[in-house]
Amino acid sequence: MRVSSTWQGESAASVTFTFNGQRVTGRAGDTVASALLANDIRLVGRSFKYHRPRGILTAGSEEPNALVTVGTGPDRMPNVRATVQEIYQGLEVVSQNHIGPLHRDLMAVNDVLHPFLGAGFYYKTFMWPRSFWERVYEPLIRRAAGLGALSGEAGGATSEKAYAFCDVLVIGAGITGIMAALTAAEAGADVILAEDAMVAGGQTGPQDGQIGDLAAGDWSQTRLDQLRAIPNVRVMLRTAVTGVYDDGSFAALERTGLHLPPGPDLPRETFWRIRAKQAVLATGALERPIAFPGNDRPGIMMTSAIATYAERFGVVPGRRIAVFATCDHAHRTIAALARQQGFSKLTVIDPRPDAVALGDYRLIAGAEVIGTRGRLGLREITIRKGGTEQRLEADCLGLSGGWNPSVHLTCHLGARPVWDEARAMFLPAPGAVPGLHPAGACNGTLSVAGCLREGQAAALTALRAMGRKPRAPALPDASDDPGRGRTLWAVAAKGRAWLDFANDVTTKDVKQAAQEGFTSVEHMKRYTTQGMAPDQGKSSNIGALAILADATGRTISTTGTTTFRPPFVPVTLKAMGAGAEGKGFAPERLTTSHAATLARGAPMIEAGLWYRPSYFPAKGETTWQQSCDREVRMVRATVGVVDVSTLGKIEIMGQDAGAFLDFLYTNTFSTLPVGRARYGLMLREDGHVMDDGTSARLAPEHFVMTTTTAAAGQVMAHMEFTAQALRPDLDVRFLSVTEQWAQFSVAGPLSRELMNSVLDDPIDDTAFPFMGCGAVKVHGIPARLFRISFSGERAYEIAVPARYGDALYRDLVARAEVLGGGAYGMEALNVLRLEKGFITHAEIHGRVTAFDIGMQGMLSGKKDFIGKAAAGRPGLLDPARERLVGLKPVDPDGVLTAGARLFKPEDPPEARNDQGYVTSVGQSPNLGHMIALAFLRHGPEREGHEIMMIDALRGIRTKVEVVPPVFFDREGGRARG
Amino acid sequence: MAELIATSPLRDLTPITIGNVTLTEGIPGQVWAVLPWRGATEAASTALQSAHGLPFPAPGNLHKAGSTRIAWAGLDQAFLLGTTPDTALAAHAALIDQSDAWAHLVLSGPATREVLARLVPVDLAPAACPKGSARRTLLGHMSCLILHPGGDTFEILVFRSMASSAVHDLTRAMTAVAARDLRGAQTPG
Repeated sequence: MRVSSTWQGESAASVTFTFNGQRVTGRAGDTVASALLANDIRLVGRSFKYHRPRGILTAGSEEPNALVTVGTGPDRMPNVRATVQEIYQGLEVVSQNHIGPLHRDLMAVNDVLHPFLGAGFYYKTFMWPRSFWERVYEPLIRRAAGLGALSGEAGGATSEKAYAFCDVLVIGAGITGIMAALTAAEAGADVILAEDAMVAGGQTGPQDGQIGDLAAGDWSQTRLDQLRAIPNVRVMLRTAVTGVYDDGSFAALERTGLHLPPGPDLPRETFWRIRAKQAVLATGALERPIAFPGNDRPGIMMTSAIATYAERFGVVPGRRIAVFATCDHAHRTIAALARQQGFSKLTVIDPRPDAVALGDYRLIAGAEVIGTRGRLGLREITIRKGGTEQRLEADCLGLSGGWNPSVHLTCHLGARPVWDEARAMFLPAPGAVPGLHPAGACNGTLSVAGCLREGQAAALTALRAMGRKPRAPALPDASDDPGRGRTLWAVAAKGRAWLDFANDVTTKDVKQAAQEGFTSVEHMKRYTTQGMAPDQGKSSNIGALAILADATGRTISTTGTTTFRPPFVPVTLKAMGAGAEGKGFAPERLTTSHAATLARGAPMIEAGLWYRPSYFPAKGETTWQQSCDREVRMVRATVGVVDVSTLGKIEIMGQDAGAFLDFLYTNTFSTLPVGRARYGLMLREDGHVMDDGTSARLAPEHFVMTTTTAAAGQVMAHMEFTAQALRPDLDVRFLSVTEQWAQFSVAGPLSRELMNSVLDDPIDDTAFPFMGCGAVKVHGIPARLFRISFSGERAYEIAVPARYGDALYRDLVARAEVLGGGAYGMEALNVLRLEKGFITHAEIHGRVTAFDIGMQGMLSGKKDFIGKAAAGRPGLLDPARERLVGLKPVDPDGVLTAGARLFKPEDPPEARNDQGYVTSVGQSPNLGHMIALAFLRHGPEREGHEIMMIDALRGIRTKVEVVPPVFFDREGGRARG
Repeated sequence: MAELIATSPLRDLTPITIGNVTLTEGIPGQVWAVLPWRGATEAASTALQSAHGLPFPAPGNLHKAGSTRIAWAGLDQAFLLGTTPDTALAAHAALIDQSDAWAHLVLSGPATREVLARLVPVDLAPAACPKGSARRTLLGHMSCLILHPGGDTFEILVFRSMASSAVHDLTRAMTAVAARDLRGAQTPG
């Protein structure tokens, strides 16, 4: 029932949304929960297990009951707390966890079956027959369990991630947090004030009297407006701090656009990573429910929630309201409410015989609520006083069993909260998180003056920790009386009394867990599922462990709490992974020839982050194999051009450059003449091959190294480590120039002819012999030329500054086409290198040694190098190791596949008989059959043997012959020319 | 003789203006890495000072003399911008041409810092990153060098090959920040 239509003092516009298709009108500023209550809609959902009718329990982000699905299509979001979601025009809200209409849920039969569905039900029921678990029970349970569902559609409005930095992060904008923020801001600190709710003020209201000359309820907003005007303060409303991490790092989730209709640009949520020098925790406290039979009906809610709906939203959640309270604070709240419109028939039931009414309401002292009635919503409660029972008509029942400080964030680095017997609360452990100072209600301080005092003190502590000398301004006058209370976890009465509303866990379940031996609080949690719902047990954890303590005859202190882990409120994966969808997943590295390559219709493949052409389809070609075959023949017959800029290029300079390379490579580079390049092999410290490539000497103290595309980053990091940690004695400097140079390989018998058509000064084989290198000019531009080959043909690599890459590539390809050649792609490049037995990271995959690939001879005996000692271990030199061989099918039509395993033909294909595996395959157009590189036990010793290749995944068996890994031009005459 | 036409890293991807922030391509100038030989940082700094009027920068610093600038770019590494290094420097430092290695993006406008806060994990507030700062950090997933010449302008150097991804990520951040103003959502910072 709505009694006031203003929002924060101003008259609010009406907003229409739908709930289960029904049009509901609320006011701007309403949450779904307040708008439903304003329209007397109390039934909002069905409970998780028993499908009991459920309503709205709280007015905050701790809500366990009123979980709804919001939005449609890809923007649909399940398990949204109706108490948090603000309404906007056109918002679509549907209830969850029912079959058929909400008020006639077919699954409600579960509630009748409750004697069979208690704690440990799954573990006891679905044990037999064993084979049924995966095929029958699990799918059935998974379908029955869970609340809302995602749409399964991709896309929708985006979210974002962002970073923020500050001196002091204040978590919570209740009176404590605002006092802390004011103190820190006035001292000149850079402050972030983060508040989960859409408004400041927390639980403070008319019940708290005056703060200075302002009504307590108005103080927060007035001071917040003041804070907003200070340039060094950032106020972040709708922003829940979700996790605490090392060194002042915090995660926070901002509901950036969730309160507005989804649009294409405004992020729905922002996942913040905040770095703060110091922090003040002012997260307040959550009101404690009381367990009694039937305490879960729609209409039963926390007393603080009744106050919030009345104060903030002008909504009275019932016509006959009763309150079951055990503390003075609740009486103050009721007394304040009793003065307002719509609260004329208030009754308070207090178990304390000496309780005194603090206002104009009926008090039944020394009494307890022991039962409720009303199928889809509360109608009546049963009260027991002394030995007599009476019934009372009520459509709304407030609960107030005291307060549980929100200590969650203090536990995220592993600290456990400490039980305070006098106050009957868990409090933050002192020093739980370095630099995080708890203050106010989350620290167990409930009086208004106490909160203000602690907020200021925490800020002063934070400021002093940063080396500032702040002054402490006088605090406003306020009440210093926290009130008294009695602890009542559960009422002794027959019937199911709920602890965890979200996961349907009752006091009986907890006791049963204890009886069955699950006495540790962590075991009880997992056996009963208490605290494992989206609300993470915010309302039920403390009550449940108190019941467990009682059932096991221990104190609450020794029983302890379960582990509080991030996130404090549910965080969507969409927010955490924001920015990683689509092209945000990883950067794309595009070569300078990218546009020209696309223009030629080449499909691109990813090589690490790089995009490279797979093949260049020519007219009439319908399969990649046709293009690949043609390109391979083309390179062997005329000339081909391929962009090799993706290979790592590292410039190495200094008087010790040669010595540095000698230490990195297994072979010697210090003796390499200027103007020559050499193939080198690099090992890791464990003696296994890390990378291979060529390094060229451009000047006595100047080398340029090439790495494979795949290992460019790894090699650079390896070199940094080597220079800084292993050989700081060497005077050497190096830098990646991968991006500086566009480099193209020109390969084939006509490659020199092509090169000479673009070079300012023609070259011959004397100036540029095989493995020669040097400075040249191409179309007047200074360039570098290397005569190196990865195809087995005469080949040159020409490098120009990247700005000329696009132009030179187009020019080279056009000229190659005139000579009967053209561009080639990765498929052809792979076949060309396979025919020559050249390795790639398919072979040097991290588990092979130089011995395994037949390059033991490259391990210099004359010098030390990284990996030398480890590579000499006997186990790495065992002839029985899987060693590099070539394979060809016995039947020329036989299919070879990469990843297939090798077996002796007579052995059954089982793991124990495994002889090795295939690493690379290709169809050789020059040989007319498939060829492969493989690692085989005793490899080279078995040349000429027949082996069975079995690809169990693809169902392929091919008999193969073991051959040397070089299939084509074994003498290498074609490259040397 | 044919002529090779130079192509800029960003081609036609910029300029882009969204909200009050504009992304443009910086004027491609010379970029040379200066890496002082072992123990020669001071000598290199002296040589830089006499040849170009600039010191070898301390970590995080950017210096300017006329149209020539020098930015700290990592351990024992600085980038000399806008000129070819004097040959006398070679005695004190390795000099490596990086002019074609980087895409040079310039982001300016009142909300520049909010845009970069979506992608850059270091504090770029004036107190933490004053005029004349250089930061080696990340732009999304990309390694970058950020230069702050002052005001609301930041220059971002990313690998040339990643230019289009940098524009993609920056555009998305610019759109998100601008949408907050348009939609009346709160604007932190």
